[in-house]
Amino acid sequence: MSIAIFVTCVGDALFPEVGVGAVRLLEAAGCTVEFPRAQTCCGQPALNAGEPEAAVRLARHFVDVFEGYDAIVAPSGSCAAMVRHWYPQILEGRWQGRAESVAARTYELTEYLVEKLGRTDLGARVDARVTVHDACHMLRTLGVKGAPRRLLGAAGAEIVEMVEPETCCGFGGTFAAAHGEISVPLADDKLTHAAATEADYLVSCDQSCLMHLEGRRRRTGLGPRPVHLATLLAEGLR
Amino acid sequence: MTHGLVTPGRTLKERATRAVADAELQRALHNLDVRLFTARDVEDNHRALKDKAAAIRRETLADLDGWLDKLEATLVSLGVTVHRCATPDDARRVVLDLARREGVHRVVKSKSMATEEIDLSDALEANGMESIETDLGEYIVQLAGERPSHIITPVIHKTLPQIADVLSREAGAPLAVDREVLTEWTREKLREKFVAADMGITGANFVAADTGTIVVVTNEGNGRFCTSLPRIHVCVMPIEKVVPRFADLATLLPLLTMSATGQRLSNYVSMVTGPRRPDEVDGPEHLHVIFLDHNRRDLVGTRYESMLACIRCGACLNVCPVYRKIGGHAYDSVYSGPMGKVLTPLLSAGADGRDLPGASSLCGACAEACPVQIPLADLLVRLREDLRSPGPVVAGVPSVAAKRTRPRVRRLGFGTWAAAWASPAGYRASMGAARLGRRILGRDGWAHRAPGLRGWTAGRDLPLPAARSFRDRWDARREGDDQW
Repeated sequence: MSIAIFVTCVGDALFPEVGVGAVRLLEAAGCTVEFPRAQTCCGQPALNAGEPEAAVRLARHFVDVFEGYDAIVAPSGSCAAMVRHWYPQILEGRWQGRAESVAARTYELTEYLVEKLGRTDLGARVDARVTVHDACHMLRTLGVKGAPRRLLGAAGAEIVEMVEPETCCGFGGTFAAAHGEISVPLADDKLTHAAATEADYLVSCDQSCLMHLEGRRRRTGLGPRPVHLATLLAEGLR
Repeated sequence: MTHGLVTPGRTLKERATRAVADAELQRALHNLDVRLFTARDVEDNHRALKDKAAAIRRETLADLDGWLDKLEATLVSLGVTVHRCATPDDARRVVLDLARREGVHRVVKSKSMATEEIDLSDALEANGMESIETDLGEYIVQLAGERPSHIITPVIHKTLPQIADVLSREAGAPLAVDREVLTEWTREKLREKFVAADMGITGANFVAADTGTIVVVTNEGNGRFCTSLPRIHVCVMPIEKVVPRFADLATLLPLLTMSATGQRLSNYVSMVTGPRRPDEVDGPEHLHVIFLDHNRRDLVGTRYESMLACIRCGACLNVCPVYRKIGGHAYDSVYSGPMGKVLTPLLSAGADGRDLPGASSLCGACAEACPVQIPLADLLVRLREDLRSPGPVVAGVPSVAAKRTRPRVRRLGFGTWAAAWASPAGYRASMGAARLGRRILGRDGWAHRAPGLRGWTAGRDLPLPAARSFRDRWDARREGDDQW
């Protein structure tokens, strides 16, 4: 069983601790993880900007890099959703079958750990109060909601649900920069709801949403510290 | 730019900026939150109903022309006059000609987005006729000289004190800021209008092809007055409102009302089957039905066909984080929210609302809430592609759209980026360049300002590349660093 980690471009360049955490958690679950060095980006920014040709180019590269593995695991619900939902639609001809095959083997991290491997207790300990933001594509495209909560619960974290955990944080990729006038107030709503839970951490499984929330929090000081589930759980290993 | 918007502006961005800063509007929009959760709770228990409804809508669209022909034949056999109108202009002309021919002076209207689409009220008034909206919310919006901001709750953008102001001005005396008082006053006022009207105009929620029955759903009974008192009834029906069988209403009606307001059935469901018959005591002498196309038929068989399944319940507006933040007027279009973002550029063949599809975080709450399973977020992604070059939307023909010239900077930007990142060496080089930025801009890994990225940094700090990328750390581990 060969397992590849797709750390995502954001994870590689900006937040390497997320990828490191994800690898540690997978290894704690008994997996042997490989990091295909040729990996770059899933192409979602291009597709969402209305530039499918550029997205297709990166999607083909992704398929080339990852199709030899039994499972491809990403610490990002959104990037995993891009592969699973969109690749079979945007890759055509001789690429389509390969895209479908890769899509079927691509998982979000907590989904893979809990739903595929059936593991929740990885030996990590989190003595903190946490609230969980359901990142949109993870929730609605992949249908994953329980997995992060079960992992946190098994680590001993106290989970306090905020108001509207399923409402978008306002990130949305290029939307965040193009429509800051809408995106920023949505971050404020999310941080306000999270603050009301008096949690120590605002946990999610998409670092891009968290970067938007943390970027805002650094201006307003409002809300608990946004942190990726992989980072938080891996810190609590052993 | 349309008149009658509480948050005017040239672009969606300008209007949204104004909307977010409007404290009174924000207070009013908060009322939507309550509705949202009641509607969703009821709806969650009806997955089977949704599947059935989606199947009916698919069946209809698979042979839209066939069902329309059948409907027309049924309507004609009932004594109804059918007008097929390709454009809003045609539809307006038909109604105006009819009104002039019949010597109509006073018109009462039941709530209808189709008549908003063809700007019918303004056309009637411009031709010397009185045209009164009789849905309470629409009436308030009309008195205020504004446009509806929500397809189901048109005056959701106003608070109760604002509404009291509008009605007090019409009453010529201050009315109490009290729902019952305001409703009672309006009710009496509208009764006079119903009795005096020569023509009633409605839209249609559904029209059954086998029986020719026009269905109008309201909570106030105003639809029934409009269809039974005036001697002429005109129904403006966008062509996708046809349903194959009367029996399909058993599925579609409860789904519509549950998705719209959380009700199992609305207070009134008016069903009109033909004009008044000799043995009947009420109903119109003449019934006219307008089949409004307005570029809808062009969508059949394209990647946007599913949009024609929309039953106008408003659920996607209620759950949309963007709509809830900026309200309907920020869209400056007849239809707002997610369905409006898709429909506006399509119905206008790309003339209007070109900046709407971009104003979405693509969170997918709309598609999840949609009772007829329209993949709204996916359609927004597709529209971003089809709208990138000027000119009409080439619905469902991406290869043609792709070949057209589009803003060169953007094309070059994404093309170069994709070319670089489709190779490990190009990716490494650009990452190295990005890391230079870290040394220039940030101390603790976050920048307050960054050239060219004001859109982000105006409200948020920007993360900078880490001192060591994941790749670096993975290499360190392979070289024996346990801490990596």
